[in-house]
Amino acid sequence: MTLSVDIRHQLGTFSLEAAFTSDGGVTALFGRSGSGKTSVIRIIAGLIRPDHGRISLDGTVLTDTDRRVFLPRHRRRFGYVFQEARLFPHLSVRQNLNYGRWFAPKNERSESFDSVVDLLGIAALLDRRPAKLSGGEKQRVAIGRALLSSPQLLLMDEPLAALDEARKAEILPYLERLRDETKIPIIYVSHSIAEVARLANRVVVMRDGKVETIGPAVDIFSQLSGPLATDRREAGVLLEGRVEEIDIRHNLTVVALKAEKLFVPGRATGVGKTVRVHIPARDVMLATARPEGLSALNILDGEVRDIGMMADGTAEVRVDCGGDTVLARITQFSAERLGLRAGLPIHAIIKTVALEQ
Amino acid sequence: MAGLRCFKGQDLDALGLSSDEWTAIELSLRVSIVAMLVSLPFGIAAAYLLARGRFWGKSILNGVIHLPLILPPVVTGFILLILFGRKGPIGSLLDQYLGIVFSFRWTGAALACGVMGFPLMVRSIRLSIEAVDRKLEEAAGTLGANPAWTFLTVTLPLILPGIIAGMILSFAKAMGEFGATVTFVSNIPGETQTLSSAIYTFTQVPGGDAGAMRLTIVAIVISMAALLASEFLAYLAGRRVDFE
Repeated sequence: MTLSVDIRHQLGTFSLEAAFTSDGGVTALFGRSGSGKTSVIRIIAGLIRPDHGRISLDGTVLTDTDRRVFLPRHRRRFGYVFQEARLFPHLSVRQNLNYGRWFAPKNERSESFDSVVDLLGIAALLDRRPAKLSGGEKQRVAIGRALLSSPQLLLMDEPLAALDEARKAEILPYLERLRDETKIPIIYVSHSIAEVARLANRVVVMRDGKVETIGPAVDIFSQLSGPLATDRREAGVLLEGRVEEIDIRHNLTVVALKAEKLFVPGRATGVGKTVRVHIPARDVMLATARPEGLSALNILDGEVRDIGMMADGTAEVRVDCGGDTVLARITQFSAERLGLRAGLPIHAIIKTVALEQ
Repeated sequence: MAGLRCFKGQDLDALGLSSDEWTAIELSLRVSIVAMLVSLPFGIAAAYLLARGRFWGKSILNGVIHLPLILPPVVTGFILLILFGRKGPIGSLLDQYLGIVFSFRWTGAALACGVMGFPLMVRSIRLSIEAVDRKLEEAAGTLGANPAWTFLTVTLPLILPGIIAGMILSFAKAMGEFGATVTFVSNIPGETQTLSSAIYTFTQVPGGDAGAMRLTIVAIVISMAALLASEFLAYLAGRRVDFE
């Protein structure tokens, strides 16, 4: 299943230009507010007609301005989950769920009603009205409604942005199950590093209406924070590893990276599984000599690959630790005092690291 | 002026109404209900065009729809007489091809009442269409509903309270309509003499006050019943459409 997008569109003074492809899994459209992510997803859904461009899914042309092709939204069969749930207030939860199902061709109904209700944990809500649901419940129903329309593609436009942290934590596991248990490709718009790190297979980074970088999530998140600096405090890297051991007594998981091992708080689901860990740049310290008598569990050996000087007096140092890249944010003063330069052997002390799945 | 046939010494029934008076009441109800129901689809279409449409001449259409509200009713009645009379440009075509005759028939009274109530109906429905969250229609589209289905399954249920209010306004206007009806189809007992015309006729003859009072009470009862019914329907619709 390959979605290919190549569009140009003018919105007032804002010009949008995006070209990328997505083949299965979760593709995140990532960037700060106003970078054009939502416009791109609306163009894919057929809610906006682009000025120029072409969108196709597996050879089916959905939009082609040169050939004057434009498939209307109701014939695209793309499930769209909006930022606000947009449930129909005059219908019950059950009727809302069945709405899209009713329009789907009978022989292409891929998801059964019960399995979707079960996947999203909304069985108890079926006879209620949308007005009586909490924000998190509404959003789960909206996801179920989109799924039951048997979409060829799911478009999710910041589905968690309107929710508080507790509600986000409530829905994220359902989105992970969605990704792992259904075969439907997902385009996921977000400006949250945490969500994208947790869900995405591929990331399309957008800035000022242009695509800045495209690549696998793990690659994107190990770069200098430049493209991802939507929120400087959030900058960090995402590393992929294998669960080697789970220490129940200390509530720790040992994750084997390419060369090093990491002790991560919390328990992974099983030994041998591939997991992602997130290391925030502000929680990495650098030392030229191996420190001793330190409470930090994780001290990785590596060498400096490059140093990025920031305008605010900080420096971002990329450290290559046996094939995995760790990002450290330190002051430029420290960088000068330690005499950091590319190729210098260094120890990276990691204060916090978190399991992403 | 055609008056009520022998209002003096006429047999009155248990409710104190003569058979001629019953005829006027029945005719008034029939005229009002037909006017309301027939103008409803046109009212919804016009309201939708005015609320959503972007076309040349929209303000002209808006003006034409509102004309009956601002013109003297007699003028509206006279315009109807010119257009829909048996020799009029529209009336003669309808007579020739569909066999519908308006002049001096109860159907003419219904047409006059429908036209007079039309702006009220359109205003009410238009306001409720403008209040509909278009994001919901967008969502319906992404779920596979084409524009017609979206209108039927999302827009229409959401504007139901406005439609009910518009229907009641149109009905009430029709019950009270006098000037345009009398100008267009005159005041013929049993054919075009509605409640209002009958009351007017009573007041034009000596000793008719009692009859006028009887029909006035009937008019008040019908209007109150319509109002209560609309409140109840709006309550039912509002309970179904509890907004977020």
